[in-house]
Amino acid sequence: MATLARLQARSTFVANQYYFRNSTVNAFRKKENDASVKIQSWFRGCQVRAYIRYLHRVAVIIQKWWRSYLGRKYYQLVVKVAYYTMKMNLYNAMAVRIQRRWRGYKIRKYCFNYYYLKEYLRAVSQTNDAIREALEEFAEMKEREEKKANLEREEKQRDHQARKMHYLLSTKQIPGIYNSPFRKEPDPWELRLRKAKPLIHRSAEVKQNSESLTNWLECTRARSFPHCEILPPITRKQCQGPFRDINEVLEQRYRPLEPTLRVAEPINQLQLAREELRKEEWVRNVTDQRFLPFSSYNQNKKYVLSLHSSSKYGFDSYGKEHFRSEDPKKWISNKDFQTVLPPFDLFSKYGKLYSKAGQII
Amino acid sequence: MSQRQVLQVFEQYQKARTQFVQMVAELATRPQNIETLQNAGCLLPCRLGSWAGGGRDSASFLQRVFRGEVERATRPDGLGSRGVPTKQMSGVMSLLRPLLLDVVPTIQQTAALALGRLANYNDDLAEAVVKGDILPQLVYSLAEQNRFYKKAAAFVLRAVGKHSPQLAQAIVDCGALDTLVICLEDFDPGVKEAAAWALGYIARHNAELSQAVVDAGAVPLLVLCIQEPEIALKRIAASALSDISKHSPELAQTVVDAGAIAHLAQMILNPDAKLKRQVLSALSQVAKHSVDLAEMVVEAEIFPVVLTCLKDKDEYVKKNASTLIREIAKHTPELSQLIVNAGGVAAVIDCIGSCKGNIRLPGIMMLGYVAAHSENLAMAVIISKGVPQLSVCLSEEPEDHIKAAAAWALGQIGRHTPEHARAVAVTNTLPVLLSLYMSTESSEDLQVKSKKAIKNILQKCTYLPALEPFLYDAPPNILKHVVGQFSKVLPHDSKARRLFVTSGGLKKVQEIKAEPGSLLQEYINSINNCYPEEIVRYYSPGYSDTLLQRVDSYQPLTN
Repeated sequence: MATLARLQARSTFVANQYYFRNSTVNAFRKKENDASVKIQSWFRGCQVRAYIRYLHRVAVIIQKWWRSYLGRKYYQLVVKVAYYTMKMNLYNAMAVRIQRRWRGYKIRKYCFNYYYLKEYLRAVSQTNDAIREALEEFAEMKEREEKKANLEREEKQRDHQARKMHYLLSTKQIPGIYNSPFRKEPDPWELRLRKAKPLIHRSAEVKQNSESLTNWLECTRARSFPHCEILPPITRKQCQGPFRDINEVLEQRYRPLEPTLRVAEPINQLQLAREELRKEEWVRNVTDQRFLPFSSYNQNKKYVLSLHSSSKYGFDSYGKEHFRSEDPKKWISNKDFQTVLPPFDLFSKYGKLYSKAGQII
Repeated sequence: MSQRQVLQVFEQYQKARTQFVQMVAELATRPQNIETLQNAGCLLPCRLGSWAGGGRDSASFLQRVFRGEVERATRPDGLGSRGVPTKQMSGVMSLLRPLLLDVVPTIQQTAALALGRLANYNDDLAEAVVKGDILPQLVYSLAEQNRFYKKAAAFVLRAVGKHSPQLAQAIVDCGALDTLVICLEDFDPGVKEAAAWALGYIARHNAELSQAVVDAGAVPLLVLCIQEPEIALKRIAASALSDISKHSPELAQTVVDAGAIAHLAQMILNPDAKLKRQVLSALSQVAKHSVDLAEMVVEAEIFPVVLTCLKDKDEYVKKNASTLIREIAKHTPELSQLIVNAGGVAAVIDCIGSCKGNIRLPGIMMLGYVAAHSENLAMAVIISKGVPQLSVCLSEEPEDHIKAAAAWALGQIGRHTPEHARAVAVTNTLPVLLSLYMSTESSEDLQVKSKKAIKNILQKCTYLPALEPFLYDAPPNILKHVVGQFSKVLPHDSKARRLFVTSGGLKKVQEIKAEPGSLLQEYINSINNCYPEEIVRYYSPGYSDTLLQRVDSYQPLTN
């Protein structure tokens, strides 16, 4: 019982202590709890972290392996593609080389040969030069020919002129106009005149009357249609229009001429008849001199030249052309006398005012 | 003697008729007399009965008419064989018409000659000849008469037929063609000449009349006429063939089938100038229609003989020769090549240099045609020194159509490659072309052609010194092309870039206003990209102003 008493005495102490100790425990319980929780959580955390680390390690290994697998796969693809591309590039390059060579060859050989073109253009320019030269020569030749022809024509003209003017040649007595005695040498015309032959003037041919019968015959027959040479063409189309049958036409054409009475004699029959009559009478005449009427008796006399005014070489012009002597040095003024009144023309009617008796019509 | 007296009356009448007809024929040679003749004839009554016995009055009447003493009578009635009063029946025609049937051949011939001269003068008189029913008479008697009459009658037909197609049709309608063809077979060369001339004038008007002439069988006879020795006959026959073949290819083929080309080609060597004119004209009319005909003409070996004709003294021979060469060259490149190989281009260029005016035109066109076919031929034209000659033509010719032709030819030469364009640009023709395009005095045709030429040349031109003047005074539509060319050349050539800057071109380009997004703006941008930015800014307009503004706004640092 002592213990009990001690225990009971101590019980309150114990109870207090118990209470106190429990309450201090409680006082520190939270702190300790917290601390233990912290420790636990920390530890758990470490555990979990370790676990996660482990998981990570493992996952990384898996991923690593997986990724390497994928990469290898992809790498194979890439290699394939790159190889393929390389091959294609090579082929392309080779093909381009071939095409280049071929195209160059083709163009040069078949389409456009640059050197040939150059050569061609050179040849063209050479031909051009040659043609230009030839044409120049041709033009020059033509000019020369023309000049020559002109000169010749002029020569001929001058010759003809000289022949016409032959009478102007100088003689021994009278020097011609081209051979003046004051010149040292005669004029070239003079020499030409000496060489020229005199020109003979032929009388103009008598024109035939175109209405004379024989001419007309010639005209219709010989000139229009020389027969027996060419026949008219066989395959001639019928002429359009109011034409007669061709045979009729030809018949009429070649019919010999039957001149009418009207054309039987020429139109100047009267004149011809007169001529004929005159000729007949001329035959019958004894003399040609006609009988003169007594009124013109004095026309028979031949005029005797007076000694004073005539000489061996012809007439003196005094008494016929001028009736005064003229000395221009003695004149007061420069001009000669002018005729104021017309000369009387009594002598112009000389032999014409009288009757026509005795003239043959 | 009464027989004599009776005969004398007839003689006097005949003398009077002869004198009348000869005087009318002589007077009709002068144009001023023809009006008087026309009026004089109208005053006389048409009843021929009054003239039967009074033959000796005709000559004195005529004298009084010319002295103007006879006054106008009232209109005579019952004119012409149709009995219809024609509006202006020329009285002198009605006087000459019965004389065509006269007994004496000289009077017939002289009456025909007088009629021909009257009809030759103007087309009213020719119509009067047609309306007066004179033609059937003439045609009828053509078959039977002698050569002088035939010549005179053919002259009348020619004189009537030359004025208009209707009159020529009237001649064809009265059946004159067959008789004319018969006359072509005559032996006298004068008759042949007159007939060929008449046929040529009839065929000249249009294709139907030519076809009628060909149907009458004239072409082989004309070819025979060409071979005759007389030069005048050859000329006329060649001219007739030329008139026939000019209308259509079928007619030209008919002429060729008759074998005309060989003879015409031989006659090119003849020294007579007028003959050469006609022959060359005939050959060019044949060659112009188609390639086959041109080839046939070339096969007759006219080259290089034709080139000598280009040096002839006569201008029209030169013109016709260059026309012939042009007609041959225009068909195909092979024919042009043939001409170039024969040296024809040089000859034509010399010919252009030696003539002036319209004579040059066919030669210029020939160069254009040759150059248009291919670039090799254009290069051949360039090396034959064609371009300086063409630019001389362009600048010195006064007429617009010749300038237009020269501009066209230059455009054809320069449009092929940059080499060609450079050859054209070097001769300084581009400014001339531009001025022609811009000038208000040029005709529309000239403006169009010079614009096309400029455009064609500019699209290939890389010769920058020639392009620079264009920057300054070209209109906007041409400026676009010029700037485009610069934008193509400048990126690749550093010397050109430097030159462009120093000559002030860059400055000008900056001044051009263009809408953003337009082609011009793109070109300007590409040019600006060739230069560093500072230079572009330096040359942009208003740069000096911006610099000055910066000077104004600059505050110097005061430390």
